Amino acid sequence: MMLNWMRANLFSSWGNSLLTLISLWLVWVIGSGIVEWALIDAIFTGDNREACLVPGAGACWPYVGAKWNQFIYGRYPLESQWRVDLIFAMGAGALIPSMIEGMRGRRWFVLFLLLPFPVITYVLLTGGMFGLAEISSDLWGGLVVTLIVAVTGIVASLPLGILLALGRQSDLPLIKAICVVFIEFWRGVPLITVLFMASVMLPLFLPDGVVIDKLLRCLIGVALFSSAYMAEVVRGGLQALPKGQTEGAQALGLSYWQSMRLIILPQALRLVIPGIVNTFIGLFKDTTLVLIIGLFDLLGIIQLTFTDAGWSTPQTHNTGYVVAAFIFWIFCFAMSRYSQRMEKRLDVTGER
Amino acid sequence: MSLRQEILRLGLGAAFVMTAGTATAASTLETTQKNDEVACGVSQGLPGFSSVDDQGVWSGIDVDVCRAVAAAIFGDADKVRYRPSSSKERFTALHAGEFDVLSRNTTWSLTRDTAQSLDFVAVNYYDGQGFMVRKELGVDSALELDGATLCINAGTTTELNAADYFRTNGMSFEAVTFEKSDEVVAAYDSGRCDAWTTDASGLYSNRIKLANPADHKVLPEIISKEPLGPAVRQGDDQWADIIRWSFYAMVAAEELGINAANVDQMKSSPNPEIQRLLGVSGTMGEKLGLRADWAYQIIKQVGNYSESFERNLGENSHLKISRGLNALWTEGGLMYTPPVR
Repeated sequence: MMLNWMRANLFSSWGNSLLTLISLWLVWVIGSGIVEWALIDAIFTGDNREACLVPGAGACWPYVGAKWNQFIYGRYPLESQWRVDLIFAMGAGALIPSMIEGMRGRRWFVLFLLLPFPVITYVLLTGGMFGLAEISSDLWGGLVVTLIVAVTGIVASLPLGILLALGRQSDLPLIKAICVVFIEFWRGVPLITVLFMASVMLPLFLPDGVVIDKLLRCLIGVALFSSAYMAEVVRGGLQALPKGQTEGAQALGLSYWQSMRLIILPQALRLVIPGIVNTFIGLFKDTTLVLIIGLFDLLGIIQLTFTDAGWSTPQTHNTGYVVAAFIFWIFCFAMSRYSQRMEKRLDVTGER
Repeated sequence: MSLRQEILRLGLGAAFVMTAGTATAASTLETTQKNDEVACGVSQGLPGFSSVDDQGVWSGIDVDVCRAVAAAIFGDADKVRYRPSSSKERFTALHAGEFDVLSRNTTWSLTRDTAQSLDFVAVNYYDGQGFMVRKELGVDSALELDGATLCINAGTTTELNAADYFRTNGMSFEAVTFEKSDEVVAAYDSGRCDAWTTDASGLYSNRIKLANPADHKVLPEIISKEPLGPAVRQGDDQWADIIRWSFYAMVAAEELGINAANVDQMKSSPNPEIQRLLGVSGTMGEKLGLRADWAYQIIKQVGNYSESFERNLGENSHLKISRGLNALWTEGGLMYTPPVR
């Protein structure tokens, strides 16, 4: 059985056999290198750099152990980290049921995530009220900041992007012009410029003594930037729909918003799920750019830990970057898998 | 605070907007005293200058300047808010008031002093471009590097300085340039170049990332001037004086042989200079607008310059940088403080 499958799929011809063997060899070379570095030659225990200074040592895992707390929370005070944990728990606790099809009360979980959850997150993270100690945002860092920037960008960009896409297709010239200018402006500048303007130039324009939190400036910049991209993705979906759909909706006597909500957008958005998720994944990875304005996202905090002389070894960088890559990969892969599932499901229901 | 007030505050706070009062009316010292902490701009991580340990605590020779200022103003070196800033945004952030002292391995130059409207108040580390080579190469001086291949960061003044130095001395070199300093370190370590050049502090702090740090040495020649020091906004001279003298107190303490361990005994020293510095006699603190024991607090909590140097950069650190230009003037270095009188 197995042999037949292999003959049919891997060794069906001389050329294919050769390719199979080359591929296997490549997998072996790369795979064994990784295993050797990450497991066999790696150092697993130790209290400081001395442990990882063994000649020929692989990954320096005790460094990750010592800095893990910072990777996740940045410099968020230890005694208040339960607040972040609580947010993580609430977020995951509401997100998972809200993604499961046919879950009872799914709507309520989604509603919770969209409305009270951001407020709760804000209150818990910043503190300064309800007896919680105030924690200024320059102590935030690590995965917390990465997720805050990414989630804010993702959550804000979808509704804004849909509105912009609709506005761009609008018959009202003023609205259309505003949307076109907005989209083209934000798409025309690189994200790094946006962040830089938000962090460096904006404070110079503000009146003396008014200081807007740096993280907030960056969040607004990211949200506006990603909504422009989202608008173009959504517009692609709108344009792909045959005109008959709109005409049909009008013939039914539906108002503009009704037809959009009930007929056009459900179909258009379904068409562009890959594009939307692509934008989300891109945005998630772009969050590392906040490093340039002195915020410590996951990658930033990992780079910060490289500068601790107590852990600087030839392998510290490699280990840190591998950890960063792995964490980013987990999140991006999860998003990608979820979108594939959603596409499949929507396709099935589409075949009516 | 009543619940209603809290809800009101939540609403206002939701905009993240902090109104820090009118900055123009109050002096920087008054604002700092009101906030009960010194807002200090540091780097995003540079070993020995400002970096974060396993517990998330900042340390380094630049951080010690912030701590000294806090000790002088509040008598508590921990009352510092660290604001990490990138090299690109550091000056605007200082001007925008995100922090009041920039202590971030920043080179003092004429342009920055004037056009950027900064006031550099002191030099806490005399840096300069140097060369690192393998010991097995048998080179003892940069003048013996004729025809060498050099690993350099692309597009920096480092590259220009090296070109100038080699041309001046009638030597040739082949540059191997890289975008990031990590790549330079890796290339040098793998033997792609004979020598590696960057600021001496960078050579030392990256040396411990090499596979066998003991096989490499830094050549004695320093080919450029990079005086690093804290800077403040122009226009608040009292604040500039406080930063300047907070740092000088550490140097003066070293000159006078006062350190964190013996500062309490030194209070009863008959030496009038020590008495003035420690606030036993005279009104030095008052003249700065600070408490009488300002320098005592700095030395007690942060230490003298030598202690700070050795702890962060020198023998007691991983970097093992020798004092060199940063030794006291009496010991062949450049560290010199105007008299405290």
